[in-house]
Amino acid sequence: MLTCALSIFAIVALIAMELAMQSQLSWHKSGLPFFYKFNIDPDTKLPLFWDPVNGSFYALPFLYGTLVTSLIALVIAVPLAIGLAIFLTEMCPRVLRGPLSFFTELLAAIPSVVYGLWAVFVLVPLLREHVNPAFMAIFNNPTMVKLFGWTHLVGDDGLFGGVNLGLGLMAAGVILSIMILPIIASLTREVMSAVPNSQREAALALGATRWEMIRIAVLRNARIGIVGSIILGLGRALGETMAVAMVIGNSAEIHRSLLSTGHSMASVIANEFSEATSDMHRSALIEIGLALFLVTILVNACARLLVWAVTRGAPAQVH
Amino acid sequence: MKPGKQLSKARSAYRSATDHIATGLAILATILVVAPLVTIFFYLIYKGASSLNLAFFTQIPKPEGEEGGGMANSIIGSGVLLGIASVLGIPIGIGGGIYLAEFGRGTRLANAIRFTADVLNGVPSIVMGIAAYSLVVVPMHHFSAFAGGVALGIMMIPTVTRTTEEMLLMVPHSIREAALGLGVPNWRSVLEITLKTASPGVITGCMLAFARVAGETAPLIFTALGNQFWSVNLNREIAALPLQIYIYALSPYDDQHRLAWAGALVLIALIVLAVSLVRYVASRGILKGAS
Repeated sequence: MLTCALSIFAIVALIAMELAMQSQLSWHKSGLPFFYKFNIDPDTKLPLFWDPVNGSFYALPFLYGTLVTSLIALVIAVPLAIGLAIFLTEMCPRVLRGPLSFFTELLAAIPSVVYGLWAVFVLVPLLREHVNPAFMAIFNNPTMVKLFGWTHLVGDDGLFGGVNLGLGLMAAGVILSIMILPIIASLTREVMSAVPNSQREAALALGATRWEMIRIAVLRNARIGIVGSIILGLGRALGETMAVAMVIGNSAEIHRSLLSTGHSMASVIANEFSEATSDMHRSALIEIGLALFLVTILVNACARLLVWAVTRGAPAQVH
Repeated sequence: MKPGKQLSKARSAYRSATDHIATGLAILATILVVAPLVTIFFYLIYKGASSLNLAFFTQIPKPEGEEGGGMANSIIGSGVLLGIASVLGIPIGIGGGIYLAEFGRGTRLANAIRFTADVLNGVPSIVMGIAAYSLVVVPMHHFSAFAGGVALGIMMIPTVTRTTEEMLLMVPHSIREAALGLGVPNWRSVLEITLKTASPGVITGCMLAFARVAGETAPLIFTALGNQFWSVNLNREIAALPLQIYIYALSPYDDQHRLAWAGALVLIALIVLAVSLVRYVASRGILKGAS
């Protein structure tokens, strides 16, 4: 039994070792600049990051894609998830509570590729026809450009400039937010139900309204755990592969516009690994994988510590 | 009316207004979350159900562009991959769970292992795929079903460990004490009393882990690789259901889209079954589950 349990340590060590060994080629060639440098294309004067033909590899656009899509996902998912958790723990009629939490569990378990399938056929057309034009109308109208043009966030080179393909960073961010919402919501709910009832009763006995009770007794006591669950959602968003690979558009470039196509760290591995012909290309992809591994380990460890700090002492729950 | 009283009246109106606004916002958030998610869920079921037919389960894919065909080879392939994964992942996972709940309970080592298992659970599946690639595919010099099974098996271990532990923790102490009081050695009490009592929970926990890895695509792309033909050879490339969904979703043919939706429905059915079984066993209580 102890051997079985210790094998978990062994797996982590083995993964780290294998990734480090297989990525040595790329590490020796580029070192740390792998993650921030790039070449300039002599013909077009545009930055050139990822060039399998000439064998030069820099990972900056993938870091950018991962960060931007995860940020969009968090911005959409966090307020909704916390609202849902508050409703489920504090306001929900008992009849609804069971089905709703069952449903969130179900959604958290649906495979990534199925979300990707839905995104390709429903979400992308929806964004292209309705949502993106609305954002473009707001961000690109002349008054906005006149007022906020100095921020470079509006207009043709702004957040919603360029060609509206439907595919792109925005689509990837939205599908990610749908995928991490159940995770954040169910963990937040767990953390909030771990707050002892005596705290709620004390606040109510002092004459607090329900919202004041939630703010003073529940949210304040559970805030560390809520941050933990958000970070856990972030960890999931950073590593999510298939759904992102299917809608992000797959181009190793950096543009300011959220409508432009891109690539995330996980999606570039999924797309190019089995077709990588040179050892250098494969090694560079594995180095991206190693970076992803280390970052998610770090993010998950932080999140788990924070969630534990709150739920410790509460009875064990089945997920 | 005194000014102080008026002030307190305004104050209480303000407080009750914030209360109502906060309640409204929470309900709004719930509706904004639940409505689209319900729509997505039933859309998936509707699309899948209207695409499913007998050929899906009995035929192998037709050449690109031709009508008809099914995913029989992918279903068998997924079965083979999951078989390898279960053989690898379930015994190790259950063993680890038993250690955490019974032998190492409360020790520092057990806490460290539990923590590592949780962290390992959050490692992206694509990274597991790379690990299996460099562990199995590189030494063997070709893609194989075995490599895909190893990738999925590694992913099952932390999940099975944690659910087994949670199920064992639900077994009341009095049962362990009764066994030990009768002079049964500890290892025997653990295996034949505690584990047996918790077995329905442990089994459904394994099913949940099984259903989760059944939908994993990322670790299979460069380990099992996929295959258009019949193959159950562990040493060769093999087809898998999620992999085939991924390929068909991005193909230009309507008929392949239809097959992708049908495949998605099969995966969802598996998930629904596993999640509801786990909930059923957990809500029934561990003791009533033992015969």
